[in-house]
Amino acid sequence: MILHQLIDYDTLRIIWWALIGVLLVGFAVTDGFDLGSGILLPFAARTDLERRVVINSVGPVWEGNQVWLILGGGAIFAAWPQLYAVSFSGFYLAMFVILTALILRPVAFKFRSKREEPAWRARWDAVLFFSGLVPALIFGVAVGNVLQGVPFRFAADMHIHYDGSFFALLNPFALLCGLVSVAMMVTHGAAWLQLKTAGPVAERARLYGSVAAVAGIVLYALAGVWMASAIGGYRITSAAQTVGPSNPLLKTVELHAGAWLANYAAHPWTMAAPAAGFAGLLVALAGLLLRRPVLALLAAALGIAGIILSVGASMFPFILPSSIDPRASLTVWDASSSHLTLFIMLVVTAFFIPIIVAYTAWVYHVLWGKVDEEAIRDESGHAY
Amino acid sequence: MDLDIVALSRLQFAVTALYHFLFVPLTLGLSIILAVMETVYVMTGRVIWRDMTKFWGVLFGINFAMGVATGVVMEFQFGMNWSYYSHYVGDIFGAPLAIEGLMAFFMEATFVGLFFFGWDKLSKVGHLVATWAVAIGSNFSALWILIANGWMQNPVGAAFNPQTMRMEVTDFFAVLTNPVAQAKFVHTVSAGYVCAAVFVLGVSAWYLLKGRHLELAKRSMTVAASFGLAASLSVVVLGDESGYLSTEHQKMKLAAIEAMWETQPAPAAFTAVGFPDQEARETHYAIHIPAVMGLIGTRSLNTVIPGIDELVKRAEVRIREGIKAYDALQQIRAAGSTQAVPQGVRDTFENGGADMGYALLLKRYVDDPRNATPEQISKAAWDTVPQVAPLFWLFRIMVGIGMLLIVLTATFFVLSARRRLDRHRWLLRSAVLAIPLPWIAIEAGWLVAEFGRQPWVIEGVLPTAVAVSNLGVKTLLITLGGFIAIYTTLFIIEMKLLLKVIRKGPEAEHAPDVGEARSHVPPVRAMAAPGSSS
Repeated sequence: MILHQLIDYDTLRIIWWALIGVLLVGFAVTDGFDLGSGILLPFAARTDLERRVVINSVGPVWEGNQVWLILGGGAIFAAWPQLYAVSFSGFYLAMFVILTALILRPVAFKFRSKREEPAWRARWDAVLFFSGLVPALIFGVAVGNVLQGVPFRFAADMHIHYDGSFFALLNPFALLCGLVSVAMMVTHGAAWLQLKTAGPVAERARLYGSVAAVAGIVLYALAGVWMASAIGGYRITSAAQTVGPSNPLLKTVELHAGAWLANYAAHPWTMAAPAAGFAGLLVALAGLLLRRPVLALLAAALGIAGIILSVGASMFPFILPSSIDPRASLTVWDASSSHLTLFIMLVVTAFFIPIIVAYTAWVYHVLWGKVDEEAIRDESGHAY
Repeated sequence: MDLDIVALSRLQFAVTALYHFLFVPLTLGLSIILAVMETVYVMTGRVIWRDMTKFWGVLFGINFAMGVATGVVMEFQFGMNWSYYSHYVGDIFGAPLAIEGLMAFFMEATFVGLFFFGWDKLSKVGHLVATWAVAIGSNFSALWILIANGWMQNPVGAAFNPQTMRMEVTDFFAVLTNPVAQAKFVHTVSAGYVCAAVFVLGVSAWYLLKGRHLELAKRSMTVAASFGLAASLSVVVLGDESGYLSTEHQKMKLAAIEAMWETQPAPAAFTAVGFPDQEARETHYAIHIPAVMGLIGTRSLNTVIPGIDELVKRAEVRIREGIKAYDALQQIRAAGSTQAVPQGVRDTFENGGADMGYALLLKRYVDDPRNATPEQISKAAWDTVPQVAPLFWLFRIMVGIGMLLIVLTATFFVLSARRRLDRHRWLLRSAVLAIPLPWIAIEAGWLVAEFGRQPWVIEGVLPTAVAVSNLGVKTLLITLGGFIAIYTTLFIIEMKLLLKVIRKGPEAEHAPDVGEARSHVPPVRAMAAPGSSS
């Protein structure tokens, strides 16, 4: 096949770096509000009917939202196999904890209201809370660790060796990043609840969402200062090989203070990402307070996108730096799939993503409007 | 290479995959049955068909949630437990998984929300579109997963790249049109249809036995019996074994399934019963049926099926060739590129590259395959024989159940055509008892396919023992124990809920939850006369 030569290998690599960003943002802004709603469940909703209103507000859409994560996993596997291999095996127990949450969550939605007993429902409500909190927290913790570098190296045959432990992941900077992640998803979830519910639930969502938005802004700023002052950053010291084979061991890398800020100095337009992070959360706060939920929802999504993209912009071209063998660090230029695979996957993705966005939009359109308490009470429409 | 890690990683994958596949087949088949029922409703306007769709939809939903929950684990586990595998073949294997998400799972998961929540929000036709989208999405999902799995059994369209130390795609079209993948898709999806059909048949039979929901049960049985009969015939006719002669190890799998220790003159006999003995390399107390094996395996009378002994000899030759290719690869890597080595070395690598995976079989015994002794080579060659006895028995269980289910669905098809579904109580009882059978057959089938692939994770390319992540035994025990605990708990809760919904029956769906109370009054539907199965 010659067709794939139409797009250069390095261009494809950049496109795929950006596409993974799109998928992660897609996950965070769709599944983000239903994870956030899960976290808010015990706070925003007190009575059983209120809880069912919250659960049913995300009931029809969380399944589709979660596919962004599954697709993200699949796309990383296909386009960045080494990233998939190193991060999933390295963060093994953390991944297991996330999986536990993701196994229990669908089941909790489905099972919770199938029995009457309050104890049964309270148990599944707790599951919904924790299975919303845990992925939100751990994804942020993972990003915090990636920014600091992760202890992995390659053997000669490219077998991966990881020298860290689960508890080493829970260091202060990483936990701070985890809290940023939780705060932004709670803000997003609160905006969703304000949009989809009425009365006391919406009011409580307004309160907790505002707190989360303020916390998100403060913590994000704190993480930025911490990163700039105390987290080293990495840079490639060998000549740039942007179209070479995907073998990370062919370059040299050094730890360099302030390296994670170099891109902002060299390309000031990249500062749009952190700016969007702050601005999004601020406008979301305003939207929540002014009871303009659509504005709050869109702004929170913008804030989440900005925060995620700011991590990518800081690290480019690094994807996963190694703290024990810096030259083994995975970068955009040496951790991708082959030229042909990237091209095929780009064609398929470019074809399907618009279709997915179109039918997802249609589904949200069909489900537009506040959750109907009456429908939940008389069990029509198969409510959760 | 620590064998404990390999064994534990394999066990964890087997547990999670087999568990996941308790829910997949029902999703595959029931989604289609729902779509068919709702289509009848939209076309005829008869409300009972909507009630049927809604009732079976509740059961579908409980099952679907479990499928989604356990499916995420599968998608992540390659990277978690099989990181060398992910590095080694991610360039090819990742693509079908990602395309599955893009093309199929997204559609399935997005529209399933509308299926449950959209009854009052969509027009009849609009809701029908959502239901069909779920059904089509589920089935496309199976297509891509089986393209990925088919590639593990028959790795076409890829070549090893010495610079990246991994397999890379050379012909994506060959990956898509892999004959093993096609055979697997048809076989697996049909088996899912049978599973759902037998489930609907069995639950409906229970209602008939109890004298409840007669109209709904009879109509459901008619759909299930015809759907199930067609599917169970297609499972056998389009059986997986059509792919069994396409590759060397598929031949080994076939020989192991048949416990064919030595090559026989064509057409080979079929061993109906016997006790395979891996140590002695013979089958005790075997009862042979002449010529049947040759017919099943080759669809001809004069093609010879190689026996285990012959395949082991061939494997030994390939291991020796593989060592040469492995040596050439080390020279290429030392020199930095393929261009930097003499022509002879390049030729050795290019000609023997296909056998390099065989050299990796020696990694169990020696770090550098080039230092292997003849005994180690001979041992590694015998390692290519999977465990014969389990394959032999599992295959027979699968086939036996398959035949039984053809009889079952055919019987109910005839009864339904003659409108005598409720005449024979013993038949209804046997339909209830048959509910678990498709699951047993399906799990046995997967065990045959995957256990039979050993020692390979990618046939001829990558041995399973080399493919694992470098994890600690303790870590693996934590996650294995965790999965088993969570899965067992959820399974118990799920079964209880399914039974509760079935006991409660379709009518109570609209009323507030009334606990275990059941209505013994058959639903009164003026639409059709009793016994009719329109």
